[in-house]
Amino acid sequence: MGLVTAVSVWLIPCFLLIVLATATWKKVPTYETFVEGGREGIKMAFNLLPFLVGMIVSISILRSSGALEAFIDLISPLLAYVGIPPDIVPLALIRPISGTAAIGMTTELIDTHGPDSFIGRLASTMQGSTDTTLYIITVYFGAVGIKKMGDALKVGLLADLAGIIASIIIVSIIFG
Amino acid sequence: MVNVIWASMAIIGILYAMFNGTMDQVNEAVFESASEAVTLSIGLISVLVFWLGIMRVAEKAGILRGLAKLFRPIITRLFPEIPKDHPAIGYILSNITANIFGLGNAATPMGIKAMEQMKALGGSDNASRSMITFLALNTSSLTIIPTTVIAIRMQYNSVSPTEIVGTTIIATAISTISAILIDRFYHYKRTRRS
Repeated sequence: MGLVTAVSVWLIPCFLLIVLATATWKKVPTYETFVEGGREGIKMAFNLLPFLVGMIVSISILRSSGALEAFIDLISPLLAYVGIPPDIVPLALIRPISGTAAIGMTTELIDTHGPDSFIGRLASTMQGSTDTTLYIITVYFGAVGIKKMGDALKVGLLADLAGIIASIIIVSIIFG
Repeated sequence: MVNVIWASMAIIGILYAMFNGTMDQVNEAVFESASEAVTLSIGLISVLVFWLGIMRVAEKAGILRGLAKLFRPIITRLFPEIPKDHPAIGYILSNITANIFGLGNAATPMGIKAMEQMKALGGSDNASRSMITFLALNTSSLTIIPTTVIAIRMQYNSVSPTEIVGTTIIATAISTISAILIDRFYHYKRTRRS
């Protein structure tokens, strides 16, 4: 843990050090280049805004109406039959859709079942092993104005499914 | 597809609220979450400005090109459509490196730059093959050290907060390999059709 924390803490400052030292050595006008590059960031954030507003509002309508919860209650028994613990289903469903909602659910599961329980370990592994597909697609395609996304969503969601199944199997084998 | 998903989430939510008597909450959620999203976007400015500035310096200093040279064999295999010395390769590598170390905030601006370069290569508003591969890699998560999860586990007094690092790495590896295989499968399907 000490090493892990140290690496996480040192990584960004060391990266900055290497970049700035190399640039100075190569006689790049660092400050001016930084400002010039940074200006793009403002434009980028404003490009993103409507995409994020649209997606976040739509998801929160679904959540606040109670429809998402009802849907989860409905399919839980079915998934439990195949060996998927029902408690984990909401997290598995929300993970590709909303990153902040997934962190909230993981925290809630760890709180309810304990961090060292089967559910707690499974939630932890699941949270770490896939990313928020819908957010990534929204941000990356939105920022550069891609309108037809081809198979990206399908590929992303299927990879999430593979990650979720892998998490369940691995946690069962190692901690089961 | 995203159009249908986006609209249906809202439609289903509103229809359900009619019968469930949760229209108050829905009404509130619309305005609250919209302002939340704006706050989130504004919050992104700081990170985007700083990292794009630093990345421009790194680019001018030739660091991205150096990285690209080092990992070129793997990346060119994954992205056969991108020319070997193209700056897109450098941005893809920076994005992947940042993701591996769990620097999500640093990975996003680099990923966007990579997408811009790939768009310039493709020259259209449609997602290119390289973009889909890149998205697949990103959505499968490449994180080796799940720092947020470890922090949550510590808060709830886990006996061993880091014991899930091993299972996470294995699950991540499987989801990433699956993402590459699924991506290849769909690419194969597309080229056969046309």
